[in-house]
Amino acid sequence: MELLELFFKSIFIDNMVFATFLGMCSYLAVSKKVSTAVGLGAAVIFVLAITVPLNWLLDQYILQEGALSWLGEDFASYDLSFLSFIMFIATIATMVQLVEIVVEKFSPSLYNSLGIFLPLIAVNCAILGGSLFMQSREIPTLGQATVYGLGSGIGWFLAILAIAAIREKIRYSNVPAALRGLGITFIITGLMAIGFMSFGGMLTGGDEETKEEKTVQVETSKVNQELVTNTKIEE
Amino acid sequence: MGLLSKKDASLLTDPLTDNNPITIQVLGICSALAITAELKASIVMAVSVLFVLGIGNVVISLMRNIIPSKIRIIVQLVVVAALVIIVDLVLKAFAYELSKTLSVFVGLIITNCIIMGRFEAFALANKPWRSFLDGIGNAAGYGVILIIVGFFRELLGSGTLLGFKVLGDPIEKTGLYALGYENNGFMLLSPMALIVVGLIIWVQRSRNSALIED
Repeated sequence: MELLELFFKSIFIDNMVFATFLGMCSYLAVSKKVSTAVGLGAAVIFVLAITVPLNWLLDQYILQEGALSWLGEDFASYDLSFLSFIMFIATIATMVQLVEIVVEKFSPSLYNSLGIFLPLIAVNCAILGGSLFMQSREIPTLGQATVYGLGSGIGWFLAILAIAAIREKIRYSNVPAALRGLGITFIITGLMAIGFMSFGGMLTGGDEETKEEKTVQVETSKVNQELVTNTKIEE
Repeated sequence: MGLLSKKDASLLTDPLTDNNPITIQVLGICSALAITAELKASIVMAVSVLFVLGIGNVVISLMRNIIPSKIRIIVQLVVVAALVIIVDLVLKAFAYELSKTLSVFVGLIITNCIIMGRFEAFALANKPWRSFLDGIGNAAGYGVILIIVGFFRELLGSGTLLGFKVLGDPIEKTGLYALGYENNGFMLLSPMALIVVGLIIWVQRSRNSALIED
């Protein structure tokens, strides 16, 4: 049940694109056609589902404060968490390279359709963001980390699929010349993000405890929002 | 400018306007939007990127002849990651509260496409001094957009700038609030950052029709 909750939460409520703006660069650059969007989206799901649990293991057994205690008493006080950026990005870059080689060997047709996107993924913020959020939210088990990675990937996939479909249609609309292309895509994404905010109450159901688990960024805006409503109540 | 030739100067000024990394090249949007609810966070982010991109471009440019092209992405990532760790530790030491607000977004400078983009497009093919200028110029172009967005979101969203109540006190009803003005709390939510950037693009392109897409 907990896993299912985390799964849906990472797809809809904490959607990579709409709630945290991760992976925006490739999201905007590769969303002109649905078919390429599907290819990139699938690659992101794949890589996220592999790298988040891997980085969880790294974090748990090497990087965290006291994580090295399995080596012996002397190592228990070590805190290597300042190395986490470099370790995470190295894991991601290696995994992407590995996935590329494996896919090329076993499925040339998939490789041809994913080909150019795979190297791009190494620098997709959504991938590193997944690992960093996993670390900062202190996800407790390997299973949850896997589900979180998978869910975030699917959320990203949904987002890029939706915007690609909209962009294909919007080509036939009469958009003001200066807004065409990038401008209107930004505004549509903003509107979609507002839509996705409505998922916010889906799992919490007014339960204050689960609400507090959200990201710092969302928290601050929540707090500000509450300030606004509080001032309104005081009037 | 005596110090810079005309060509070098354009490296600095172009990214500020007609070749802006965010609105024209579509680079570096990932970390740009999430942290712009406050002006202070935007400025810190802009300065961090300026540091990482300026130094990183020089380092990559110095190494450009010895990096094998097959593993260049990993080399680039290691250089950026090392610089970002420095930024992160400095922030944690001198501005702890702010580093909490920025949370994972400092780390995400590593995968900020603007950095990899400039490495690939410029530093790998140019001498260190020119690369440095290019890095500073592009980071400044990125910073300008960040600061504009941060300015409007903080001003309209919470009526403050850098934490100062420039529009008066909303609770005690002074300044503009005495006239019935209300803060637009919506501006603080993340979707509005996208819409503000969309509007900036709109303004920029209506002023310069050469930038309009198809």
